[in-house]
Amino acid sequence: MAGFNNIELITDRPLIDNLKEIEEVKKYFPDHAVIASLMVETREQWIQIIKDVENAGADGIELNFGCPHGMCERGMGSAVGQEPAVLKTIVEWVMDAAKIPVITKLTPNISDIREPGLAAVQGGTDALSLINTIKSIVGIDLDSYAPYPIVDGKGTNGGYCGPAVKPIALHMLRELAQHEKITKTPISGIGGIETWRDVVEFILLGASSVQVCTAVMHYGFGIVREMEAGLIQFMNEKGYDTIYDFVGKALPNVVEWKNLNLKHKVVANIDADKCIGCQLCYIACDDGAHQAIKITEGNRIPEIIDENCVGCNLCSLVCPVEECITMEKRDDGTQHLTWAERTEADTIPTDFNDDRAGGKGHFVPTVQDALKHRKG
Amino acid sequence: MAEYKKPTTEQEYLDNFAQKKPLMNPTEAYYESSRCLFCYDAPCMNACPTGIDIPLFIKQINTGNVKGAAKTIFDSNWIGNACGKVCPTGVLCEGACVYNGQDVPPLQIGRLQNFATEQVIREKTPLYAPGPDNGRQVAIVGAGPAGIAAACELRVMGYTVDIYEAKEKPSGLTVYGVAPYKITNEEVLDEMEYLQNQMGYDIHYQSPITTKEQIADLEKRYDAIFLGVGLGPTATLGIEGENLEGVVGAVEFIEELRMQKHKVEVPKNVVVIGGGNTAMDAASESARMGAENVYLVYRRSKDRMGAYGFEYELAVKSGVKGVFSAQPKALLGEGKVNGVSFYRTKDVNGKLEYGDETFTIDCDMVIKATGQAKMGSFLQMIDGLELDNRKRIKVNLESYQTTNPKYFAGGDAVNGGAEVVNGAYEGKQAAKGIHAWLNAL
Repeated sequence: MAGFNNIELITDRPLIDNLKEIEEVKKYFPDHAVIASLMVETREQWIQIIKDVENAGADGIELNFGCPHGMCERGMGSAVGQEPAVLKTIVEWVMDAAKIPVITKLTPNISDIREPGLAAVQGGTDALSLINTIKSIVGIDLDSYAPYPIVDGKGTNGGYCGPAVKPIALHMLRELAQHEKITKTPISGIGGIETWRDVVEFILLGASSVQVCTAVMHYGFGIVREMEAGLIQFMNEKGYDTIYDFVGKALPNVVEWKNLNLKHKVVANIDADKCIGCQLCYIACDDGAHQAIKITEGNRIPEIIDENCVGCNLCSLVCPVEECITMEKRDDGTQHLTWAERTEADTIPTDFNDDRAGGKGHFVPTVQDALKHRKG
Repeated sequence: MAEYKKPTTEQEYLDNFAQKKPLMNPTEAYYESSRCLFCYDAPCMNACPTGIDIPLFIKQINTGNVKGAAKTIFDSNWIGNACGKVCPTGVLCEGACVYNGQDVPPLQIGRLQNFATEQVIREKTPLYAPGPDNGRQVAIVGAGPAGIAAACELRVMGYTVDIYEAKEKPSGLTVYGVAPYKITNEEVLDEMEYLQNQMGYDIHYQSPITTKEQIADLEKRYDAIFLGVGLGPTATLGIEGENLEGVVGAVEFIEELRMQKHKVEVPKNVVVIGGGNTAMDAASESARMGAENVYLVYRRSKDRMGAYGFEYELAVKSGVKGVFSAQPKALLGEGKVNGVSFYRTKDVNGKLEYGDETFTIDCDMVIKATGQAKMGSFLQMIDGLELDNRKRIKVNLESYQTTNPKYFAGGDAVNGGAEVVNGAYEGKQAAKGIHAWLNAL
């Protein structure tokens, strides 16, 4: 399962029922926090609903500025998340009214997540959470030509969640966590979290809490056992006592492209003993990368053409065998040169034939060899 | 105590011969197909005698295009459903699967193949149609896998095709000779019907071609003739007692079993003589028919047997006992067989030697699985048709044209006795050969 798409709105029952449930949950689980996720329209409605959930016993509030379907058409959800000025205003209303902590939940359906993030912080939010679902159409029925899910012959965009959205969430999390004016605000990570590894990754990129929904929709709350066990084991192995010991620990290593060391050189290596001869690496490299793997007649095990390998690691990604293709470091670690430094020194290549651009002497197969695998 | 109770009803027979490769359900097919790596230059495909694009059809199953998967299979192999079930996949496609290299079970290619082909056969989904009539006629002798494959391929190219078959049913040994746990009669015949309904060739059953006059008549009426005559009855051992009651040939025994099922009487003690796949089948089948003691006797050591290892294992699992290095001396009994005497043999540098030492195994039935005779006397009636020193029809291995240019041939009569899949390939190739030859005239 790569992910789910939903076109549901906020609640299928009256507010009073939800308030009762908050009360009941607090009664049964007094030591656990209940956070109410809210989305209304006018200032009066915000003030009222905050009062209601506080009275019901909620420990915190999350402002849903993310819903990308239905509600946004009525000026709520992602319609707010996409307008930093509006978002800031509503956050200010809420902060004015709320006695309990407030988390502002952001939509990923925006080009620069830092703008709404900053607006929420400026509006006084206690914390941020991200991401909400991504606007999506998951498929089209090939008989009725309507998008799924089909509602009486028609469909609409939904919001996409689950493992497929995790890389997008991680990136947006990092953008907020690295922002000098946002970095002090606690962030709750959301987006495709399903395993302990996901949890640790979100924390390393700056989340001090995580939220899980899709995985629970798929497996039930029991799936949390695996996350908890893995997280605790990770913390024990690394010697961490609390989450805060490693929140954001990966952030210093996430830099702009221009600051990457151009002298870093890795080349793929195929372990012939592990190789099962599927040749996926060969065809992936030949058809989709750098023509840096060759096959010799009568031998299923491919070989790396060192001078062509740019270290892209596509081969290692498509290899089905654990630890069969590895990327081997070839530079001696003594040199460091970045694009930024080259720009500064005015040594960047200026045309396609510039020796400094590299890539010259790249092995190019003959047309005949290149077309060998075009059978039939 | 025998492993199997003697079957008294068709259901008990079917239970004793439970299918080794049962049909997958859609869930299993989905999960199994999702394991396929889609190898480049896939070893499974290269291992298939008909070169089916296996990664493609597995991907098609996985993407819900089961009909497309079936077409991919039939495009390369007209007998695609039977081959999925009866092919020795463990030594062909599945044996070549790269997963074997990491001790991961290979894809169940045969069962996935059946998942696709069974569906189009059951739903009678048309995938092919005859080509426009090109005015030419081809006769096919023998409705075995090679003959049927040739017929389908020729019909696509617009030839009118008449098949002459000695027996009552099509598919040759697929229905008459394959072990019943590999495929049921219904499965075989449903595919045959599916093909014939689409391709529209005529099969004349119980129409053996046996005389020079018949041959001359075929030559007069047809532009080309394809010989898919297979092999003859079980060869004789040339020893004393072969005419005793209770002494049968393996091919004949299996044919009777496939046609009569639980009604076939297999006695308590059976000796099967031979070391090939047919011997394994006959032995295993005797055990599954309730025989208490089944001895499989081979003249050389176990590792010299021609049978696939897995076939021997299957026989042993059915309760068969292997006896090796024993050459039959005589079949014993008066009127009815009651035992076989054997010489103890020694393998001296590949040469079989035996002295005076003999022993006897008591039995009520002897199944000879020592190879089938060739159709030599029939083939000799055809002018200019040369056979090799093992009485196999000589052909050009690309066009399958014989030394008499009007005749093409494929299947067991050419390869000496191989798998259904080999017949299917050779029949298809021969059809292309016929087309090329007639167009060049």
